[in-house]
This record gives sequence, C-alpha cells and structure tokens, in this order.
Amino acid sequence: MDISNYLYLSALLFTIGAVGVVVRRNAIVVFMCIELMLNAANLAFVTFSRIHGNLDGQVASFFTMVVAACEVVVGLAIIVTIYRSRRSASVDDASLLKR
Amino acid sequence: MTTSSNLVYLIALPLISSALLILLGRKADKWGHLLATLVSASAFGIGVMEFLAMHSRTGVARAATQHLFSWISVGTFQVDASLLLDQLSICFVLLITGVGTLIHIYSIAYMSHDRDRRRFFAYLNLFIAAMLLLVLGDSYLNLYVGWEGVGLASYLLIGFWNQKPTYATAAKKAFVANRVGDVGLSLAIMIAFAQFGTVTFEGVKAGVPHASGAAVTAIGLMLLLAAAGKSAQFPLQSWLGDAMAGPTPVSALIHAATMVTAGVYLITRSNYIFDASSTARLLVVIVGGITLIFGALIGTAKDDIKKALAASTMSQIGYMILASGLGPVGYAIAIMHLLTHGFFKAGMFLGAGSVMHGMDDEVNMRRFGGIGKLMPITFATFGLGYLAIIGVPPFAGFYSKDKIIEIAFNAGGTKGWILGGATLLGAAITAFYMTRLVVMTFTGSKRWDEKAHPHESPILMWLPMAILAIGSVASGFFFNSGNSLVNWLAPVLNSRGVEGGAELMKPIVVSGLALLAVVIGVGIALTKYRSNVPVEAPENVTIFTKLARKDLLQDSFNEAVLMRPGQKLTAGLVKTDTNVIDGLVRLVGATFIGTATALRRIQNGYVRSYALIMVLGALALIAMIWVVTL
Repeated sequence: MDISNYLYLSALLFTIGAVGVVVRRNAIVVFMCIELMLNAANLAFVTFSRIHGNLDGQVASFFTMVVAACEVVVGLAIIVTIYRSRRSASVDDASLLKR
Repeated sequence: MTTSSNLVYLIALPLISSALLILLGRKADKWGHLLATLVSASAFGIGVMEFLAMHSRTGVARAATQHLFSWISVGTFQVDASLLLDQLSICFVLLITGVGTLIHIYSIAYMSHDRDRRRFFAYLNLFIAAMLLLVLGDSYLNLYVGWEGVGLASYLLIGFWNQKPTYATAAKKAFVANRVGDVGLSLAIMIAFAQFGTVTFEGVKAGVPHASGAAVTAIGLMLLLAAAGKSAQFPLQSWLGDAMAGPTPVSALIHAATMVTAGVYLITRSNYIFDASSTARLLVVIVGGITLIFGALIGTAKDDIKKALAASTMSQIGYMILASGLGPVGYAIAIMHLLTHGFFKAGMFLGAGSVMHGMDDEVNMRRFGGIGKLMPITFATFGLGYLAIIGVPPFAGFYSKDKIIEIAFNAGGTKGWILGGATLLGAAITAFYMTRLVVMTFTGSKRWDEKAHPHESPILMWLPMAILAIGSVASGFFFNSGNSLVNWLAPVLNSRGVEGGAELMKPIVVSGLALLAVVIGVGIALTKYRSNVPVEAPENVTIFTKLARKDLLQDSFNEAVLMRPGQKLTAGLVKTDTNVIDGLVRLVGATFIGTATALRRIQNGYVRSYALIMVLGALALIAMIWVVTL
C-alpha cells in the first residue's frame, strides 16, 4: 500500500476536525474535534517518521499526546464549570469576551 | 594695554544691588532707595578713580582691560567675558554713573509717594549695570548682552505704571521697535564672525583691511539698523515719544542722556568699519539728517512737555548720528555733543519732572504758564539747559552743535551744502520749539486749574537739576578748550590722525550763521507764543501742524505698511496651519480611527469565528508558502 495514503487520511481527519470546530456549537463536540485534529497531526508525524526512517516524528507524537492529555483535563474542567453556572454547553453562549 | 581688576565692580555692584532689591521684596522698602543710590554713587567713585588712573598713564597704556572668564569656547569660536575701559568707554562710564547718581537722588524725592519705589530703584540699578556692560564689553557679543539688558530695563521702566494699559502698550511698542534693531546687531555680529572669525573690537579692527568691501558695508548697514532701533532714528523712531509713559527720571536717564545714545556709541566704537565703507557712512549721514529735521518738526507741535522734549532728543541724536557719519573728524564731535546733550537734556527732563511734580502730574503746556515765578530754581536750571540746547555761546550746546554744523559744511561739494543746510535748519527749528516750550511753561499768564498749587520742589530734586545745569553751562567750554576731548578720544576714534577737509567757511562765519538761525527761531516763537496761548489746542491750523501733531504720520505709516499686512500675513499663516498642517495630521488620525472601527466588527466574541479566522489565516499562510516555493 502506498504510504502517502496515510497522509491523505491525516489531512482528511484534520479537515473534518477543523470544520467541526468551526460549525458545531456544542462545546463537547468542539472539544472532540480538536482531539481529532491533534490525532490527525499525530498520524502525519508517525507517517513522516516512517518515510524518513528515523524516530523524530514518533517522539513528537508522544509530546502531542502528553499535551492533549493535559488539555483534556483543563478543557473538560472549564466546560463542566461553565455548564454548571450557565446550564449550557454552547460555545456561542460563552461570548462574554466581547463585552 | 594695562590690566585692571576694578572694572568688574562697576557692573557687579549695581547688578547685585538690583537683585537684592527685587528678591527681598517689601522687606527692602525702607532702605532700598538708599542702597541703590549709594551703589550708583560708588560706581561713579570707581569711575572717577579709573579716570584719574587712566589720565596718569600715557599712550597705549591708557586703555585698561580685565579678563573675567572664558565665556564661549566652541571650535574656533572663542569669546571671553572681558572688559575694556579705554578713552571712549570712560566718557560713557562717567556720564552713566554721574548722571545716573544724580537721577537716583532726584528719584528719591520724585518717587517718594509711590509704593513701588523700591522696585523702581531696582530697575534703575539694573539699567546702570546693563548700560555699563554695554560700554565696557570688549567684543560685540559682550556689548550685545548689555544692549539687550538696557532694552529690558527700558521696557520695565516705561511700563513701570503698567496698571494703565496705554503705558503697558507703550513699553511693548518700545520693546518691539528695539527688537527690529537688535536683529541688525545680531546679523552684524554673525557677518563679522563669518568674515573675521572673531567678534572682539580689536580682532574686527585688525581684520577690516583684508575683508571684502561688500562684507564691511553689510556689517556697517546692520550696525546702523541696530543704532536706529536703540537711538530712535529714522525709520525706527516711533517708540521714543510713547516711551515718555515712564516716570520722568527714567525719561531723563534712559530716554535722553544714556540709553538712546547707545547707537552713537555703537557707530563711533565701530569707526574702523565705517571708515572703510563710504556707502555705510553715507547712509548714516542720511539717517541722521532725516531724523534731526523729523524730530525737530514733531517738537514744534507737541503740547505735552515730555513729548516735546522727546522729539527734541530724537532730533539731537540725529545731530550725533550725522556727525558720526562724517568720518574720523566727526566721531569725537558726536561724542562731545552726546556728553553735553547728556547734561542739558537730562537737566531739562528733570526740570519738566519738577514742574509736573508741582502741577499734579499735568503735562499739557497749554495748562501751564507763568510757573517761572513760583518755581524759580526749576526755571533757572531749565533756562540754562534751554540756552545750552539752542546753542547760545558760551553754553555747552554752542560748542558741540556748532562743530557739527561746521564739519557738515566741510563735508564738501553738494553733500556739504545739503548737510550744512539741514543742520542749520535744524538749529533754527530747535530754537523755535524750545523757546515755545519755555515760554508756554514758565512765562505768560497762568492757565492752570484752581486746584493746582505750583510750588518749588524739595532740595533732593533741585540739587541734581542745579548740578546738571552747571554741566550745561560749563561742559562745552571744558571739552572744547584746547580741543581736549577730541585729543583725548583720538587714539580710539582717529588712530590714523585724519584731519578735517578743506574749510568751506571760516568757523566764525558758521557760528554767525548758526546764531542767526537761532535768533530767527527764537524770534518767531516769541511773537507767536508770548501771549494769548489758548488753553485748548486750536483746530483751524495748517496741514503741516496737523501732520506734526500726529508725529508726521509715523504711527499711521507703521500701521498701514507694517502692522496691518503683518497681521494679514500671520492670519493667513494661522489659517494654513489649521487647515493644511493640522488637517494632514487630523487626516492620519481619522484614517486610523475609520479603519479601526471597521476592523472592530471582527471582534464579535464568538469563539467559532475566531477559530475560523485562525483556520483561514493558516490556510492563507500555507497557500503563500506553496506559491513561493512552487
């Protein structure tokens, strides 16, 4: 199988994630889309690692996973807190920055 | 050259006293006038000591210098704060401190009812210090400091009673007119530095023979402009009449005896420049000639005693300027007239002040009349000054003014006839207006209000007048006997020993002509003004009288030609500034505000739209990289 297919898959997943972030209102879904984009990036890293025959990409993907784990902790905590205070998980309701 | 260590005290003493009186404020009210007078008198004492010391030295050793400190040291431009006391400066030092001290004494009584007397004396001392610096500086730049200092003192003293708006305006007018002249002086200094690389009198004198004629003429003309501003000469003469707003002792000291003669000092001090440029000399003579007639004509129509005397001052300084434009023979004569004029004009101003003091500050001569009997000492001292100014022998003015008329005739050719004729005509008009002034004030029937009680002034006032009257009587004879003043000044003013031109007429003939002119002037004035002087100035007078009453339209001319167009110009510039310059600046601001208002809409607070912009931005970035690397 052609190894570039992995890269197409990665690009597809990233696009789905990016579109999801932009079009969806539910904070949980937006969050999942972000995870999707991160994992698309991981897939690209690993693929490039394979292409070049060294381990740099795999090391980078580990870093990404650690960052993603931390982000999940902080992000979910924020979403839960916002839901508790406003009874809504819609990102459009949390537009206080404008005011 | 001798070095002296006393010169600095001449300037420092009055300067410190002035600063003390200003800084201590009302605390010094009780003794301020005494300190100021004492300081002025001690400056006179130092001056006399220096004069005696100078007199005992001979030759080049007579001039004394004192180096104070290095003032400006930039590259090749070196200016030291140094003082120079030579045969010319000592004349001025003695005149300034001598007449100055007398006027200090006079002012103690004259200003005794004024609650700001201390401030008045502080300004007087400031003036003495600045004027001494003016005549003692050894370079044009040092002179310039004093030049500006006397301008400031003059401004402060003209506007001393600045609670009256017209007086404050008069002070401002004098200051502004003087500034026009000051521009000339600063330009002269700049040209001198560009040409010679130095601004000391000695350095410039040494450089003149090697300089281009055009540069020397330019310096001469700029110096003439400066002199015209300070000495109220045509065309910058208009401020002197208004300067009479100041207290009368100020008019006597600053606007008659000393400061207004600074222009004559400047020209005679720069004799080496005027010797080298006949064009500059010719213009000096023209300016002097015009002013001497101009001032005399104004003097004939003034009813305000101080303004009549001011017009006379203008005219007499015209004589001095004319004499100093006649080359090496004229400089010393100009100084002689300056010194005798210092005596008799200061004396007459003090006399006018004494009359005003007795008449509740009335200045209109039509309201005087017959004061001579009630104020005999004032009448006597004023009368001696009067005889001196119109040039009756053997009073002071006779010697100095006749000499000027003589050398004017001797200038040669048509020029000699014109100048001689102008000076003779001036002498006749002088005799006319001075006689008019004396007759209207001191003789005839009384025309004053019942409320006025003319009385003789106290001794503190008439003593200075008496001393100045003695000077008016004797100084001319003293200066002229054995040509003493001319010989004394020769090393400074006529170092090449130039003799006068061929005599057009015998001196005795000139004196006869001058006396004839005086007699005619006195005669006309006597027939016209001995009796029946109307209290109100008559309206049905000739056009010439009307013109002279309006100062020969000097103010209207200045207003129409300089002030109004100047205002239009500044108004136009202000408009350009607000519309074009400010407009550009405001346009830049408005552009940024408009753009920012438009861009602000992007900040809508929705996370998703921020994310979209980020994605689009990233895409654009990638597209750019793609395009570049393709």
